Amino acid sequence: MAEKVLKGIAASDGIAIAKAYMLVDPDLSFEKTTVSDTEAEVQRLHDAFDASKAELKVIKEKAVASLGEEEAEVFEAHITILSDPEMLGQIEGKINDDKVNAEEALKEVTDTFIGMFEAMTDNAYMQERAGDIRDVTKRVLSHLLGVTLPSPALIDSEVVVVAHDLTPSDTAQLDRKYVKGFITDIGGRTSHSAIMSRTLEIPAIVGSETATTDIQEGEVVVLDGINGDALVDPTDAEVANYQQQAKDFSAQKAEWAKLKNETTVSKDGKHFELASNIGTPDDMDGVLDAGSEAVGLFRSEFLYMNSSELPDEDTQFTAYKKVVEGMNGKPVIVRTMDIGGDKELPYLPLPEEMNPFLGYRAIRISLDRDDIFRTQLRALIRASNFGQLRIMFPMIATLDEFRKAKAIFEEEKAKLVAAGTPVADDIKLGIMIEIPAAAILADQFAKEVDFFSIGTNDLIQYSFAADRGNEQVSYLYQPYNPSLLRLIKHVIDAAHANGRFTGMCGEVAGDQIAVPLLMGLGLDEFSMSSTSVLKTRSLMKKLDTKEMAKLADRALNECVTNDEVKELVEKTVFDK
Amino acid sequence: MEKKEFHVIADTGIHARPATLLVQSASKFNSEITLQYQDKSVNLKSIMGVMSLGVGKDADVTISAEGADEADAIAALTDTMKKEGLSE
Repeated sequence: MAEKVLKGIAASDGIAIAKAYMLVDPDLSFEKTTVSDTEAEVQRLHDAFDASKAELKVIKEKAVASLGEEEAEVFEAHITILSDPEMLGQIEGKINDDKVNAEEALKEVTDTFIGMFEAMTDNAYMQERAGDIRDVTKRVLSHLLGVTLPSPALIDSEVVVVAHDLTPSDTAQLDRKYVKGFITDIGGRTSHSAIMSRTLEIPAIVGSETATTDIQEGEVVVLDGINGDALVDPTDAEVANYQQQAKDFSAQKAEWAKLKNETTVSKDGKHFELASNIGTPDDMDGVLDAGSEAVGLFRSEFLYMNSSELPDEDTQFTAYKKVVEGMNGKPVIVRTMDIGGDKELPYLPLPEEMNPFLGYRAIRISLDRDDIFRTQLRALIRASNFGQLRIMFPMIATLDEFRKAKAIFEEEKAKLVAAGTPVADDIKLGIMIEIPAAAILADQFAKEVDFFSIGTNDLIQYSFAADRGNEQVSYLYQPYNPSLLRLIKHVIDAAHANGRFTGMCGEVAGDQIAVPLLMGLGLDEFSMSSTSVLKTRSLMKKLDTKEMAKLADRALNECVTNDEVKELVEKTVFDK
Repeated sequence: MEKKEFHVIADTGIHARPATLLVQSASKFNSEITLQYQDKSVNLKSIMGVMSLGVGKDADVTISAEGADEADAIAALTDTMKKEGLSE
């Protein structure tokens, strides 16, 4: 038996076996001491600065290669801070005058700078620099203390990454050549790290709670991203067993891959549109590999999150155009900026809120800051000329919000047309259905909106009044609950009554239990991580829509709980 | 000593990438180089110093250099200011 078996949430399919790389901050605490040989202490400081600079150069080069020049700029900024003669001079002064150790002198000086920048509350950019100084201080401190500060960019052999959580900048630097999988303490199926693992197509487990304490650097870990199990220090027999499973899984994937160039048609010949969710134009490779029939959700906020300032019109235009052209005439639905909730922009500070998910986010920000919104719409309208682009507004609660957004869109479109810019004739405008108020009024919305796309993660969170990031209420994430299914049916029926189509772009769209039900309810488009597309196509080809309609009817009217629906589908469809 | 005045036209003032490039450009020279804004003056080789000035759009700033390569320094910095869209 393995030394330990950890249980977590299976975030991304596949099996990885490799040594653990702990992406965990080491202990950087120290004591303030008095030094007599200040010259030696200053030398120690210089050595730590030099070592930090050398390390940052390596990280920067790797980042340029994996993320591009622009994304790597933050590391250049760190190097510039380390080269600051004033800062170094002040730290040296403290060592010489106060006879304190380098660690203390470094901390006192950098704290002053951090305080100064953080106090510039009217300048988000400066406030963000405080974070840079903090990062740089940590790195120098690690060298003074002789400990290693791990970085995804420093990984140069095959590993399983172990972390408390992975930030967007961490995941962006993960090199698929070396990182075979990852496991985190916190997070759920829909947290950033989990979504990224599916985009990167590497096995992952999130929410294990104890990975960082139960696993040690260098221990061999078997990561079973299919079942959510992690074996620490496995036996030879266990390794052999999992190697076989990994082989079977690749064989299964190869089988699915044969469906790449087929359309998605049910057993009784009904066509469904199977689409991909993407975050950046870089995700297009995955979309094409999966043979997706559309991009059902382009999360445009990643363009904002991966930038150090608001992306300008041309930058956005280039990104949208690339995706639209890449799809070669197939539909691309771009969701306008969905910032707020758990997604922050360092350069656009939002007020601290008691309930950020119920607060100032998404379309609410766009309508308030229409300067930002107009820039995005202009970029989108210009890109519409290169294929079939559709625009979708997130977090719509009322028809007034949609009408306002549409009016701004029409204004910008008219301006571009007047200036002679070529734009597509018919740009469809849709809304996300994620707020129950909009779902319930779908019949009225359907008269004015071209399409709906159901965002299940938020619709579930708002329907059940359960914060999706709070593990203590995670049992309320009930995607099969008849209450939710009834709401979804209402939306689909309202759309169809008005000749509109309804898609779904949340995690549920690729869920193997939900797919049969959604086919039965008549959902038109299913948009999911590219990695789930072929698996779902394989399932849908085996199902008969009339039978699924009967199944859905039973689920909505005979079942009472989430588990009852799940059991019904398992018994009827999967013969369990 | 060489001196030159600039009127900042960039919407974001002197920050982000342009500030870093300005500091990197200044650091290549031996001369003492300062950036003056209103009544404050900082070492242009210090990113912290430059950023702490908080130079915004429409600010009038002066760059001075003193040393053997002062003329070259001012020429190079003028070039950077223009190339990065900080001034005309």
